[in-house]
Amino acid sequence: MPPTEALAAGASAGGGWLVASIAWPIIALLLVIAGGERLAARVGVLALPIGLAIAAAVALQVGGSGELVYNVGGWAPPLGIALRADGLSAAMLLVTAIVAGGSGIYALADFGPPRAGSSGRTSLAFWASLLGAWAALNLAFLGNDLFNLYVALEMLTFAAVPLVCLDGRAETLKAALRYLLYALVGSVLYLLGAVLLYGAYGTLDLGLLATVAQPGPATWAAAALMTAGLLAKTALFPLHLWLPPAHAGAPPAASAVLSALVVKGSFFIVLRLWFEALPGLGSAAAMQLIGLLGAGAILYGSALALRQTRLKLLVAYSTVAQIGYLFLVFPLAFDAASGRLAAGAALMGGLLQAVSHALAKAAMFMSAGLIAVTLGHDRIADLGGLARARPTSLLAFALAGVSLVGLPPSGGFAAKWLLLSAAVATGQWWWAVVIVLGGLLTGAYLVLVLMRALDEPTAPAAPLQPVAAWREAVPLVLALLAVFMGLAGVLP
Amino acid sequence: MNPTTLFGLCGAALVGIGLYGLLTDPRLLRKIIAFNLVGSGVFLLFGVVARRGADAGLGGDPVPQALVITGIVVAFSATALAVALLLRLHDAGGGATLDDGADSAGKDRSPS
Repeated sequence: MPPTEALAAGASAGGGWLVASIAWPIIALLLVIAGGERLAARVGVLALPIGLAIAAAVALQVGGSGELVYNVGGWAPPLGIALRADGLSAAMLLVTAIVAGGSGIYALADFGPPRAGSSGRTSLAFWASLLGAWAALNLAFLGNDLFNLYVALEMLTFAAVPLVCLDGRAETLKAALRYLLYALVGSVLYLLGAVLLYGAYGTLDLGLLATVAQPGPATWAAAALMTAGLLAKTALFPLHLWLPPAHAGAPPAASAVLSALVVKGSFFIVLRLWFEALPGLGSAAAMQLIGLLGAGAILYGSALALRQTRLKLLVAYSTVAQIGYLFLVFPLAFDAASGRLAAGAALMGGLLQAVSHALAKAAMFMSAGLIAVTLGHDRIADLGGLARARPTSLLAFALAGVSLVGLPPSGGFAAKWLLLSAAVATGQWWWAVVIVLGGLLTGAYLVLVLMRALDEPTAPAAPLQPVAAWREAVPLVLALLAVFMGLAGVLP
Repeated sequence: MNPTTLFGLCGAALVGIGLYGLLTDPRLLRKIIAFNLVGSGVFLLFGVVARRGADAGLGGDPVPQALVITGIVVAFSATALAVALLLRLHDAGGGATLDDGADSAGKDRSPS
């Protein structure tokens, strides 16, 4: 179809950038595999800035025109499949490129070009999985078709599972298998919901579904199945059991990608499903139930994080808690008068929470990894003397904590402030209580870590391992981005 | 009962049996097979949807038929990945079940 006709079917001029943002990581992934063990890291690290530039180009165009649409093959829905970027997608594309880039640079020390005598197998596996996960996330953020999103979900799973078990130890393999099984059940339930919707309405396009979907048994069953499946993949309490062993056992660069980005992919699809495809379907009770699970995640995850004896597990349980905030969006965005989900302050707060948590959690996992390298262990009780031994990493950890707790001017503060004001504006004070309580608990477990780290050394210190300064810079930059992200809203 | 309803009920039964197996059996190979049962049930429902949505004179709506092929490929790859991980786990001496790690919350783990 000539371009003019494709444009007439609702596509926008810069839509090619959407294709590039999905295709580039896949091209890079193929190049990494073609380059083999020896070249994997070099090819992979060169792919990062190009991906970032593409994400920035999409963000600029979305900032200018509000929305980018590309009809694949020039066929408009319902016959064809559309890719669409709005403000939410652009923000997620950008943060994904930043965190993937940071993890890639940080990983050069662990998964760099193989030295003489060492095998490059894990290096190849890491770079292939990182780029695969990136492509899948971009597809999840841009897909506008329920089946396309299913493919994105599965690609994401297949790329994320190897990241969990890169070192091949029995316990990480077990964590990876548990994760894989949760994820497979989640996506098969999602697929079942999608086929029910297709059977009822004959379309899988989000925009078209919004115009034809009616409340009824088939739609309710489909929405319930898809939501349950996606919650299992997002590790929302009480389906979070797979997350802590999987995220805490992975190498730090992989943990950062898993905790910061991978769980956001399925969360984003939940948002798309409820806000774009079925905005009028939610009932107050259903939205309160999702919010209740989120509140459970915040309180339970924070309480368990307080009890952890190892730093990486503490950070992983903190992810369980922070995921809970994302799901408070649903009760807070529900407009009881019209019975519809409305995009407003609550949705904006959820997006900010997703972005700021991605930056802060990546920084936290990376600095925890450097702390573990320095000391040779990550027992919280024996962190004494760390402030003197590794001040930069500890600073990055603390700054990331500032955003997780929600202190101004961090992105976490802006997110929680928007959620709190939505709770007050809609008169749902109980969610405000949960948000404040969660912030206090987060502060408690982070202060415990910092107190230990500022102590005098407890045991005769083992020889400290050196860490390159550029590795310490990566989490620091990510943490600073998270802290000063709140200011972005103040600027014009 | 017409054939479409019968196939639909069969699909639902397969999904139910598979989910039961996935939740109750700790043996990983059984879990993987159970996942494939759930998948087969869903794919059967795709066929039912294709038949119900068919225009007069056609055997089926081609869209669900096209989707189900992708679904089968994905389920196949997932099974291959899961079996490969299971073999590695067995070789690494981790056994072939998940029953000892179900309550991993707060458990002491070696640093990584």
